[in-house]
Amino acid sequence: MFDFQIVTSWFDNLLRGCMPEFWVLFIEFVVIGIALLTAYALIALALIYGERKICAFFQCRLGPNRVGWKGLLQPFADMFKILLKEIISINHIDKVLFYIAPFVVIIASFLSFGAIPFGKGMQVLDFNIGIFYVLAVSSLGIIGILLAGWASNNKFSMIGAMRSGAQLVSYELSASVALLTVVVLAGTMQLSEIVEMQQDGWFIFKGHIPMIIAFISYLISGHAETNRGPFDLPEAESELTAGYHTEYSGIQFGFFYLSEYLNMFIIASIATTMFLGGWMPLHISGLDAFNQVMDYIPSVVWFLGKTALLVFFSLWVRWTFPRLRIDQLLHLEWKYILPINMINLIVMTIIVVYGWHF
Amino acid sequence: MNSVISYFSSFFKGLKSLLVGMKVTIKEFFTPKVTEMYPENRHTTLHVSDRFRGELVMIHNENNEHSCTACGLCQMNCPNGTINIESEIIETEDGKKKKVLKNYFYDLGQCTFCNVCVMNCPQKAIEFRNTFENAVFRREILVKKLNHEGSKLKEKKIIETKQTNQQ
Repeated sequence: MFDFQIVTSWFDNLLRGCMPEFWVLFIEFVVIGIALLTAYALIALALIYGERKICAFFQCRLGPNRVGWKGLLQPFADMFKILLKEIISINHIDKVLFYIAPFVVIIASFLSFGAIPFGKGMQVLDFNIGIFYVLAVSSLGIIGILLAGWASNNKFSMIGAMRSGAQLVSYELSASVALLTVVVLAGTMQLSEIVEMQQDGWFIFKGHIPMIIAFISYLISGHAETNRGPFDLPEAESELTAGYHTEYSGIQFGFFYLSEYLNMFIIASIATTMFLGGWMPLHISGLDAFNQVMDYIPSVVWFLGKTALLVFFSLWVRWTFPRLRIDQLLHLEWKYILPINMINLIVMTIIVVYGWHF
Repeated sequence: MNSVISYFSSFFKGLKSLLVGMKVTIKEFFTPKVTEMYPENRHTTLHVSDRFRGELVMIHNENNEHSCTACGLCQMNCPNGTINIESEIIETEDGKKKKVLKNYFYDLGQCTFCNVCVMNCPQKAIEFRNTFENAVFRREILVKKLNHEGSKLKEKKIIETKQTNQQ
Protein backbone atom coordinates (compact mmCIF):
# COMPACT_ATOMS: atom_id res chain seq x y z
CA MET A 1 0.00 0.00 0.00
CA PHE A 2 1.39 3.39 -1.03
CA ASP A 3 2.70 5.41 1.92
CA PHE A 4 2.14 9.13 1.44
CA GLN A 5 4.99 9.72 3.90
CA ILE A 6 7.40 9.12 0.99
CA VAL A 7 6.13 12.23 -0.78
CA THR A 8 6.20 14.43 2.31
CA SER A 9 9.69 13.38 3.45
CA TRP A 10 11.03 13.80 -0.13
CA PHE A 11 9.60 17.33 -0.20
CA ASP A 12 11.06 18.03 3.24
CA ASN A 13 14.54 16.84 2.25
CA LEU A 14 14.37 18.80 -0.99
CA LEU A 15 13.66 22.05 0.87
CA ARG A 16 16.17 21.37 3.64
CA GLY A 17 18.89 20.94 1.03
CA CYS A 18 18.67 24.52 -0.17
CA MET A 19 17.37 26.79 2.60
CA PRO A 20 17.50 27.41 6.38
CA GLU A 21 15.12 25.70 8.78
CA PHE A 22 12.85 28.70 9.24
CA TRP A 23 12.01 28.93 5.55
CA VAL A 24 11.57 25.18 5.25
CA LEU A 25 8.97 25.21 8.00
CA PHE A 26 7.35 28.35 6.62
CA ILE A 27 6.94 26.91 3.13
CA GLU A 28 5.70 23.59 4.47
CA PHE A 29 3.10 25.27 6.67
CA VAL A 30 1.86 27.36 3.76
CA VAL A 31 1.66 24.36 1.43
CA ILE A 32 -0.16 22.27 4.02
CA GLY A 33 -2.53 25.12 4.74
CA ILE A 34 -3.38 25.57 1.07
CA ALA A 35 -3.81 21.84 0.59
CA LEU A 36 -6.15 21.62 3.57
CA LEU A 37 -8.17 24.63 2.47
CA THR A 38 -8.56 23.21 -1.02
CA ALA A 39 -9.59 19.84 0.34
CA TYR A 40 -12.02 21.58 2.70
CA ALA A 41 -13.67 23.51 -0.12
CA LEU A 42 -13.78 20.57 -2.52
CA ILE A 43 -15.21 18.20 0.06
CA ALA A 44 -17.84 20.79 0.95
CA LEU A 45 -18.82 21.12 -2.72
CA ALA A 46 -18.98 17.34 -3.11
CA LEU A 47 -21.14 17.12 0.01
CA ILE A 48 -23.51 19.82 -1.20
CA TYR A 49 -23.92 18.00 -4.50
CA GLY A 50 -24.39 14.69 -2.71
CA GLU A 51 -26.88 16.15 -0.30
CA ARG A 52 -28.98 17.70 -3.04
CA LYS A 53 -28.93 14.56 -5.16
CA ILE A 54 -29.62 12.13 -2.33
CA CYS A 55 -32.30 14.33 -0.82
CA ALA A 56 -33.95 14.48 -4.24
CA PHE A 57 -33.81 10.73 -4.62
CA PHE A 58 -35.44 10.22 -1.24
CA GLN A 59 -38.23 12.56 -2.36
CA CYS A 60 -38.69 10.72 -5.67
CA ARG A 61 -37.12 13.55 -7.69
CA LEU A 62 -33.97 13.68 -9.83
CA GLY A 63 -32.28 16.66 -8.21
CA PRO A 64 -29.97 19.08 -10.01
CA ASN A 65 -29.34 17.85 -13.54
CA ARG A 66 -29.01 20.91 -15.76
CA VAL A 67 -25.70 22.56 -14.85
CA GLY A 68 -22.98 20.33 -16.21
CA TRP A 69 -23.18 16.59 -16.68
CA LYS A 70 -25.84 15.26 -14.27
CA GLY A 71 -25.72 18.63 -12.52
CA LEU A 72 -22.13 18.17 -11.37
CA LEU A 73 -21.36 21.88 -11.75
CA GLN A 74 -24.35 22.90 -9.62
CA PRO A 75 -22.38 23.28 -6.35
CA PHE A 76 -19.85 25.50 -8.17
CA ALA A 77 -22.69 27.68 -9.39
CA ASP A 78 -24.04 27.79 -5.84
CA MET A 79 -20.61 28.73 -4.54
CA PHE A 80 -20.18 31.61 -6.99
CA LYS A 81 -23.66 32.83 -6.22
CA ILE A 82 -22.94 32.92 -2.50
CA LEU A 83 -19.55 34.58 -3.07
CA LEU A 84 -21.08 37.35 -5.15
CA LYS A 85 -23.91 38.10 -2.76
CA GLU A 86 -23.98 41.30 -0.80
CA ILE A 87 -23.15 41.25 2.90
CA ILE A 88 -25.97 43.29 4.36
CA SER A 89 -24.91 45.37 7.33
CA ILE A 90 -27.52 45.33 10.05
CA ASN A 91 -28.22 48.10 12.55
CA HIS A 92 -28.36 47.56 16.31
CA ILE A 93 -26.13 44.51 16.43
CA ASP A 94 -22.98 43.85 18.38
CA LYS A 95 -20.69 44.50 15.42
CA VAL A 96 -17.53 42.79 16.70
CA LEU A 97 -19.18 39.59 17.90
CA PHE A 98 -21.45 39.47 14.87
CA TYR A 99 -18.53 39.51 12.45
CA ILE A 100 -16.35 37.17 14.53
CA ALA A 101 -19.00 34.45 14.93
CA PRO A 102 -18.83 32.80 11.48
CA PHE A 103 -15.05 32.66 11.71
CA VAL A 104 -15.18 30.95 15.09
CA VAL A 105 -17.52 28.33 13.68
CA ILE A 106 -15.45 27.66 10.59
CA ILE A 107 -12.13 27.69 12.46
CA ALA A 108 -13.46 25.09 14.90
CA SER A 109 -14.46 22.76 12.10
CA PHE A 110 -11.21 23.47 10.26
CA LEU A 111 -9.09 22.63 13.30
CA SER A 112 -10.70 19.23 13.68
CA PHE A 113 -10.48 18.73 9.91
CA GLY A 114 -6.68 18.90 10.20
CA ALA A 115 -6.49 15.96 12.58
CA ILE A 116 -8.24 13.48 10.33
CA PRO A 117 -6.05 10.69 8.93
CA PHE A 118 -7.05 10.70 5.24
CA GLY A 119 -4.71 7.94 4.19
CA LYS A 120 -1.48 6.19 4.97
CA GLY A 121 0.86 8.99 6.02
CA MET A 122 -1.69 11.65 5.13
CA GLN A 123 -2.40 13.30 8.45
CA VAL A 124 -1.50 16.84 9.38
CA LEU A 125 -1.90 16.86 13.16
CA ASP A 126 -0.98 13.63 14.90
CA PHE A 127 -0.74 14.09 18.68
CA ASN A 128 -0.63 11.44 21.33
CA ILE A 129 -3.94 12.91 22.50
CA GLY A 130 -5.44 13.05 19.00
CA ILE A 131 -9.02 12.09 19.76
CA PHE A 132 -9.08 14.33 22.82
CA TYR A 133 -7.94 17.21 20.63
CA VAL A 134 -10.64 16.51 18.05
CA LEU A 135 -13.35 16.47 20.72
CA ALA A 136 -12.03 19.68 22.24
CA VAL A 137 -11.80 21.74 19.07
CA SER A 138 -14.99 20.47 17.50
CA SER A 139 -16.92 21.68 20.52
CA LEU A 140 -15.46 25.16 20.06
CA GLY A 141 -17.97 25.68 17.27
CA ILE A 142 -20.75 26.10 19.81
CA ILE A 143 -19.14 29.36 20.93
CA GLY A 144 -19.51 30.72 17.42
CA ILE A 145 -23.15 29.65 17.28
CA LEU A 146 -23.91 31.24 20.65
CA LEU A 147 -22.10 34.42 19.60
CA ALA A 148 -24.04 34.57 16.35
CA GLY A 149 -27.35 34.19 18.14
CA TRP A 150 -26.46 36.67 20.85
CA ALA A 151 -24.97 39.35 18.62
CA SER A 152 -27.82 39.32 16.08
CA ASN A 153 -30.15 41.21 18.44
CA ASN A 154 -33.01 39.06 17.26
CA LYS A 155 -35.16 36.89 19.48
CA PHE A 156 -35.39 34.04 16.99
CA SER A 157 -31.63 33.92 16.57
CA MET A 158 -31.29 33.96 20.34
CA ILE A 159 -33.73 31.07 20.83
CA GLY A 160 -31.96 29.13 18.08
CA ALA A 161 -28.57 29.69 19.65
CA MET A 162 -29.81 28.71 23.11
CA ARG A 163 -31.35 25.53 21.77
CA SER A 164 -28.17 24.82 19.92
CA GLY A 165 -26.17 25.33 23.10
CA ALA A 166 -28.33 22.94 25.09
CA GLN A 167 -28.22 20.40 22.31
CA LEU A 168 -24.51 20.50 21.56
CA VAL A 169 -23.40 20.48 25.18
CA SER A 170 -25.52 17.47 26.01
CA TYR A 171 -24.76 15.45 22.92
CA GLU A 172 -21.07 16.20 23.25
CA LEU A 173 -21.17 14.04 26.37
CA SER A 174 -22.44 10.87 24.80
CA ALA A 175 -20.24 11.36 21.74
CA SER A 176 -17.21 11.57 24.01
CA VAL A 177 -18.25 8.56 26.06
CA ALA A 178 -18.80 6.55 22.89
CA LEU A 179 -15.31 7.48 21.68
CA LEU A 180 -13.92 6.66 25.13
CA THR A 181 -15.21 3.14 24.62
CA VAL A 182 -12.91 2.88 21.63
CA VAL A 183 -10.04 4.43 23.56
CA VAL A 184 -10.50 1.78 26.27
CA LEU A 185 -10.18 -0.96 23.69
CA ALA A 186 -7.32 0.67 21.80
CA GLY A 187 -5.38 1.82 24.84
CA THR A 188 -4.28 4.97 23.04
CA MET A 189 -5.68 8.29 21.95
CA GLN A 190 -3.35 8.80 19.00
CA LEU A 191 -5.37 8.58 15.81
CA SER A 192 -2.58 7.06 13.70
CA GLU A 193 -2.00 4.31 16.26
CA ILE A 194 -5.72 3.63 16.54
CA VAL A 195 -5.80 3.11 12.77
CA GLU A 196 -2.69 0.90 12.87
CA MET A 197 -4.27 -1.30 15.52
CA GLN A 198 -7.16 -2.06 13.21
CA GLN A 199 -4.97 -3.73 10.61
CA ASP A 200 -6.13 -7.25 11.48
CA GLY A 201 -9.76 -6.33 12.08
CA TRP A 202 -11.73 -3.16 12.45
CA PHE A 203 -12.71 -2.18 15.98
CA ILE A 204 -16.36 -2.68 15.23
CA PHE A 205 -15.59 -6.39 14.68
CA LYS A 206 -12.96 -6.64 17.40
CA GLY A 207 -15.07 -5.10 20.13
CA HIS A 208 -18.29 -6.84 18.99
CA ILE A 209 -21.48 -5.95 20.92
CA PRO A 210 -20.39 -2.96 23.05
CA MET A 211 -18.56 -1.54 20.04
CA ILE A 212 -21.65 -1.75 17.85
CA ILE A 213 -23.67 0.01 20.54
CA ALA A 214 -20.99 2.68 20.85
CA PHE A 215 -20.90 3.05 17.06
CA ILE A 216 -24.65 3.60 16.80
CA SER A 217 -24.79 5.98 19.74
CA TYR A 218 -21.83 7.92 18.34
CA LEU A 219 -23.62 8.22 15.01
CA ILE A 220 -26.76 9.51 16.73
CA SER A 221 -24.99 11.99 18.96
CA GLY A 222 -22.62 13.06 16.20
CA HIS A 223 -25.58 13.64 13.96
CA ALA A 224 -27.14 15.77 16.68
CA GLU A 225 -23.91 17.75 16.97
CA THR A 226 -24.05 18.73 13.32
CA ASN A 227 -27.45 20.43 13.85
CA ARG A 228 -29.00 18.47 11.04
CA GLY A 229 -31.77 16.08 10.29
CA PRO A 230 -34.21 15.31 13.06
CA PHE A 231 -32.05 17.39 15.40
CA ASP A 232 -32.15 20.68 13.47
CA LEU A 233 -34.00 22.60 16.19
CA PRO A 234 -31.47 25.44 16.26
CA GLU A 235 -32.52 26.38 12.75
CA ALA A 236 -36.03 24.98 12.72
CA GLU A 237 -37.33 26.69 9.59
CA SER A 238 -40.95 26.51 10.53
CA GLU A 239 -40.44 28.12 13.93
CA LEU A 240 -37.30 30.25 13.89
CA THR A 241 -36.81 31.23 10.22
CA ALA A 242 -33.18 30.10 10.18
CA GLY A 243 -32.25 30.14 13.85
CA TYR A 244 -28.88 31.56 14.78
CA HIS A 245 -27.90 32.52 11.21
CA THR A 246 -31.11 34.38 10.35
CA GLU A 247 -29.36 37.76 10.13
CA TYR A 248 -26.37 36.59 8.14
CA SER A 249 -26.05 37.02 4.41
CA GLY A 250 -23.56 36.41 1.66
CA ILE A 251 -20.32 34.69 2.49
CA GLN A 252 -20.93 34.98 6.25
CA PHE A 253 -23.93 32.73 5.84
CA GLY A 254 -21.77 30.67 3.50
CA PHE A 255 -19.36 30.01 6.36
CA PHE A 256 -22.12 28.61 8.56
CA TYR A 257 -23.39 26.56 5.66
CA LEU A 258 -19.91 25.25 4.83
CA SER A 259 -19.08 24.37 8.41
CA GLU A 260 -22.37 22.53 8.78
CA TYR A 261 -21.54 20.32 5.82
CA LEU A 262 -17.95 19.84 6.89
CA ASN A 263 -19.02 18.94 10.42
CA MET A 264 -21.10 16.19 8.88
CA PHE A 265 -17.99 14.98 7.06
CA ILE A 266 -15.83 15.28 10.19
CA ILE A 267 -18.28 13.29 12.30
CA ALA A 268 -18.42 10.61 9.62
CA SER A 269 -14.65 10.49 9.26
CA ILE A 270 -14.05 10.29 13.02
CA ALA A 271 -16.55 7.43 13.15
CA THR A 272 -14.67 5.81 10.25
CA THR A 273 -11.33 6.21 11.98
CA MET A 274 -12.47 4.98 15.33
CA PHE A 275 -14.84 2.18 14.39
CA LEU A 276 -14.42 1.21 10.75
CA GLY A 277 -10.63 1.08 10.56
CA GLY A 278 -9.91 4.48 9.02
CA TRP A 279 -7.94 4.04 5.83
CA MET A 280 -7.25 0.36 6.57
CA PRO A 281 -8.52 -1.98 3.87
CA LEU A 282 -10.91 -4.75 4.76
CA HIS A 283 -8.87 -7.80 5.76
CA ILE A 284 -10.33 -11.17 6.51
CA SER A 285 -7.82 -13.44 8.21
CA GLY A 286 -7.25 -16.61 6.22
CA LEU A 287 -8.19 -15.22 2.80
CA ASP A 288 -4.76 -14.07 1.65
CA ALA A 289 -5.68 -13.57 -2.00
CA PHE A 290 -8.65 -11.43 -1.01
CA ASN A 291 -6.47 -9.38 1.33
CA GLN A 292 -3.91 -8.84 -1.45
CA VAL A 293 -6.58 -7.50 -3.79
CA MET A 294 -7.92 -5.21 -1.08
CA ASP A 295 -4.40 -3.86 -0.50
CA TYR A 296 -4.21 -2.61 -4.10
CA ILE A 297 -7.01 -0.10 -3.50
CA PRO A 298 -5.38 3.15 -2.32
CA SER A 299 -5.86 4.06 1.32
CA VAL A 300 -7.48 7.41 0.48
CA VAL A 301 -10.16 5.62 -1.50
CA TRP A 302 -10.85 3.32 1.43
CA PHE A 303 -11.13 6.24 3.79
CA LEU A 304 -13.35 8.36 1.55
CA GLY A 305 -15.49 5.37 0.62
CA LYS A 306 -16.26 4.48 4.23
CA THR A 307 -16.86 8.12 5.08
CA ALA A 308 -19.19 8.54 2.12
CA LEU A 309 -21.15 5.53 3.31
CA LEU A 310 -21.60 7.09 6.74
CA VAL A 311 -22.52 10.45 5.19
CA PHE A 312 -25.13 8.67 3.11
CA PHE A 313 -26.43 7.08 6.28
CA SER A 314 -26.70 10.45 7.97
CA LEU A 315 -28.56 11.90 4.97
CA TRP A 316 -30.85 8.90 4.98
CA VAL A 317 -31.67 9.59 8.62
CA ARG A 318 -32.08 13.28 7.91
CA TRP A 319 -34.65 12.80 5.20
CA THR A 320 -36.57 10.13 7.06
CA PHE A 321 -37.41 11.41 10.53
CA PRO A 322 -39.47 14.40 11.62
CA ARG A 323 -37.87 17.03 13.82
CA LEU A 324 -37.81 16.45 17.58
CA ARG A 325 -39.14 18.89 20.12
CA ILE A 326 -36.52 20.38 22.46
CA ASP A 327 -37.78 18.38 25.47
CA GLN A 328 -37.85 15.18 23.44
CA LEU A 329 -34.34 15.90 22.29
CA LEU A 330 -32.96 16.30 25.79
CA HIS A 331 -35.08 13.38 26.97
CA LEU A 332 -33.47 11.16 24.33
CA GLU A 333 -29.99 12.23 25.32
CA TRP A 334 -30.17 12.26 29.12
CA LYS A 335 -32.54 9.36 29.66
CA TYR A 336 -31.56 6.96 26.91
CA ILE A 337 -28.31 7.51 25.04
CA LEU A 338 -26.12 8.70 27.91
CA PRO A 339 -27.05 5.92 30.41
CA ILE A 340 -26.70 3.32 27.68
CA ASN A 341 -23.29 4.72 26.82
CA MET A 342 -22.15 4.74 30.44
CA ILE A 343 -23.13 1.11 30.95
CA ASN A 344 -21.58 0.30 27.60
CA LEU A 345 -18.32 1.85 28.70
CA ILE A 346 -18.26 -0.28 31.86
CA VAL A 347 -19.05 -3.41 29.85
CA MET A 348 -16.25 -2.56 27.44
CA THR A 349 -13.83 -2.09 30.32
CA ILE A 350 -14.75 -5.49 31.76
CA ILE A 351 -14.33 -7.09 28.33
CA VAL A 352 -10.91 -5.52 27.90
CA VAL A 353 -9.81 -6.48 31.42
CA TYR A 354 -10.77 -10.13 30.89
CA GLY A 355 -9.60 -10.13 27.28
CA TRP A 356 -12.93 -11.23 25.81
CA HIS A 357 -12.47 -9.19 22.66
CA PHE A 358 -10.95 -10.54 19.44
CA MET B 1 -41.09 -2.15 38.30
CA ASN B 2 -43.75 -1.07 35.86
CA SER B 3 -41.83 2.06 35.02
CA VAL B 4 -38.71 -0.02 34.32
CA ILE B 5 -40.65 -2.24 31.94
CA SER B 6 -42.21 0.74 30.21
CA TYR B 7 -38.76 2.36 29.90
CA PHE B 8 -37.33 -0.60 28.05
CA SER B 9 -40.44 -1.41 26.04
CA SER B 10 -40.78 2.20 24.88
CA PHE B 11 -37.11 2.17 23.93
CA PHE B 12 -37.42 -0.89 21.74
CA LYS B 13 -40.76 0.22 20.33
CA GLY B 14 -39.21 3.51 19.36
CA LEU B 15 -36.23 1.76 17.79
CA LYS B 16 -38.53 -0.49 15.79
CA SER B 17 -40.62 2.40 14.49
CA LEU B 18 -37.43 4.23 13.46
CA LEU B 19 -36.32 1.21 11.46
CA VAL B 20 -39.73 0.97 9.80
CA GLY B 21 -39.42 4.60 8.74
CA MET B 22 -35.95 4.03 7.34
CA LYS B 23 -37.18 1.03 5.39
CA VAL B 24 -39.88 3.16 3.78
CA THR B 25 -37.46 5.87 2.70
CA ILE B 26 -34.83 3.49 1.35
CA LYS B 27 -37.54 1.90 -0.79
CA GLU B 28 -38.42 5.35 -2.06
CA PHE B 29 -34.73 5.95 -2.83
CA PHE B 30 -34.72 3.16 -5.40
CA THR B 31 -38.14 3.69 -7.00
CA PRO B 32 -38.23 5.25 -10.48
CA LYS B 33 -38.33 9.02 -10.20
CA VAL B 34 -41.36 11.07 -11.22
CA THR B 35 -39.46 14.11 -12.52
CA GLU B 36 -40.41 15.10 -16.09
CA MET B 37 -37.28 16.03 -18.07
CA TYR B 38 -39.48 18.51 -19.86
CA PRO B 39 -37.92 20.01 -22.97
CA GLU B 40 -36.14 16.76 -23.82
CA ASN B 41 -39.11 14.46 -23.41
CA ARG B 42 -41.67 16.72 -25.12
CA HIS B 43 -42.34 14.25 -27.86
CA THR B 44 -41.48 11.03 -26.08
CA THR B 45 -42.43 10.30 -22.50
CA LEU B 46 -44.09 13.52 -21.42
CA HIS B 47 -47.20 12.80 -19.43
CA VAL B 48 -49.80 15.50 -18.82
CA SER B 49 -53.00 14.45 -17.12
CA ASP B 50 -56.08 14.37 -19.35
CA ARG B 51 -57.89 16.42 -16.73
CA PHE B 52 -55.39 19.25 -16.99
CA ARG B 53 -57.07 22.37 -18.39
CA GLY B 54 -54.71 23.90 -20.91
CA GLU B 55 -57.00 25.64 -23.36
CA LEU B 56 -60.64 25.65 -24.44
CA VAL B 57 -61.50 24.00 -27.74
CA MET B 58 -64.68 23.47 -29.66
CA ILE B 59 -65.27 19.88 -30.63
CA HIS B 60 -65.53 19.38 -34.37
CA ASN B 61 -66.31 16.05 -36.03
CA GLU B 62 -64.80 14.77 -39.26
CA ASN B 63 -67.36 16.66 -41.40
CA ASN B 64 -66.23 19.95 -39.83
CA GLU B 65 -69.41 20.20 -37.80
CA HIS B 66 -69.69 21.46 -34.25
CA SER B 67 -72.65 21.34 -31.88
CA CYS B 68 -72.66 24.92 -30.67
CA THR B 69 -76.09 26.50 -31.04
CA ALA B 70 -74.83 29.97 -30.08
CA CYS B 71 -77.14 29.98 -27.05
CA GLY B 72 -74.63 32.17 -25.17
CA LEU B 73 -74.81 30.30 -21.85
CA CYS B 74 -71.06 29.95 -21.67
CA GLN B 75 -70.59 33.64 -22.36
CA MET B 76 -73.07 34.58 -19.66
CA ASN B 77 -71.58 32.22 -17.11
CA CYS B 78 -67.97 33.14 -17.70
CA PRO B 79 -66.75 35.04 -14.62
CA ASN B 80 -64.09 37.01 -16.53
CA GLY B 81 -65.74 37.76 -19.82
CA THR B 82 -63.40 35.43 -21.58
CA ILE B 83 -65.87 34.23 -24.17
CA ASN B 84 -67.41 36.41 -26.82
CA ILE B 85 -69.96 34.86 -29.16
CA GLU B 86 -71.00 36.44 -32.43
CA SER B 87 -74.09 34.95 -33.96
CA GLU B 88 -76.21 35.71 -36.98
CA ILE B 89 -79.77 34.98 -38.08
CA ILE B 90 -80.04 32.98 -41.27
CA GLU B 91 -83.04 31.63 -43.17
CA THR B 92 -83.16 27.90 -43.76
CA GLU B 93 -84.46 26.25 -46.97
CA ASP B 94 -87.95 25.80 -45.47
CA GLY B 95 -88.19 29.48 -44.70
CA LYS B 96 -87.52 29.36 -40.98
CA LYS B 97 -85.33 31.88 -39.27
CA LYS B 98 -82.48 30.38 -37.30
CA LYS B 99 -79.71 31.69 -35.11
CA VAL B 100 -76.34 30.21 -35.95
CA LEU B 101 -72.82 30.70 -34.68
CA LYS B 102 -70.66 33.07 -36.63
CA ASN B 103 -67.56 33.53 -34.48
CA TYR B 104 -66.70 32.03 -31.13
CA PHE B 105 -63.92 34.15 -29.60
CA TYR B 106 -62.07 32.87 -26.58
CA ASP B 107 -59.43 34.97 -24.81
CA LEU B 108 -56.88 32.60 -23.30
CA GLY B 109 -55.19 35.49 -21.54
CA GLN B 110 -58.31 36.22 -19.48
CA CYS B 111 -59.30 32.65 -18.73
CA THR B 112 -58.93 31.27 -15.20
CA PHE B 113 -59.65 27.71 -16.36
CA CYS B 114 -62.55 27.39 -13.94
CA ASN B 115 -64.43 25.01 -16.27
CA VAL B 116 -67.79 26.75 -15.72
CA CYS B 117 -68.33 27.20 -19.46
CA VAL B 118 -67.86 23.51 -20.15
CA MET B 119 -70.17 22.55 -17.28
CA ASN B 120 -72.91 24.90 -18.49
CA CYS B 121 -72.85 23.96 -22.14
CA PRO B 122 -76.10 22.06 -22.84
CA GLN B 123 -74.74 20.68 -26.13
CA LYS B 124 -71.34 19.53 -24.87
CA ALA B 125 -69.88 21.61 -27.67
CA ILE B 126 -66.73 22.78 -25.91
CA GLU B 127 -64.13 21.14 -23.72
CA PHE B 128 -60.72 21.74 -22.17
CA ARG B 129 -57.69 20.07 -23.70
CA ASN B 130 -54.41 19.38 -21.88
CA THR B 131 -52.27 21.23 -24.44
CA PHE B 132 -50.26 23.52 -22.21
CA GLU B 133 -47.63 25.14 -24.43
CA ASN B 134 -49.64 28.31 -24.99
CA ALA B 135 -46.97 30.95 -24.49
CA VAL B 136 -46.84 33.61 -27.22
CA PHE B 137 -45.18 36.97 -27.62
CA ARG B 138 -48.21 39.19 -28.15
CA ARG B 139 -51.44 39.37 -26.23
CA GLU B 140 -53.60 39.60 -29.31
CA ILE B 141 -52.62 36.11 -30.38
CA LEU B 142 -54.20 34.76 -27.22
CA VAL B 143 -57.66 35.71 -28.49
CA LYS B 144 -58.63 32.61 -30.39
CA LYS B 145 -61.47 31.82 -32.70
CA LEU B 146 -62.67 28.38 -31.67
CA ASN B 147 -65.04 27.46 -34.48
CA HIS B 148 -63.15 26.28 -37.53
CA GLU B 149 -63.39 28.05 -40.86
CA GLY B 150 -66.50 27.00 -42.79
CA SER B 151 -67.83 24.79 -40.01
CA LYS B 152 -71.53 24.41 -39.43
CA LEU B 153 -73.95 23.07 -36.88
CA LYS B 154 -74.46 19.34 -36.60
CA GLU B 155 -77.77 17.89 -37.86
CA LYS B 156 -80.49 18.27 -35.30
CA LYS B 157 -81.39 14.62 -35.19
CA ILE B 158 -78.03 13.74 -33.83
CA ILE B 159 -78.32 16.34 -31.15
CA GLU B 160 -81.74 15.08 -30.15
CA THR B 161 -80.59 11.51 -29.80
CA LYS B 162 -77.66 12.77 -27.78
CA GLN B 163 -79.97 14.55 -25.41
CA THR B 164 -82.21 11.53 -25.01
CA ASN B 165 -79.14 9.48 -24.25
CA GLN B 166 -78.19 11.88 -21.55
CA GLN B 167 -81.57 11.64 -19.93
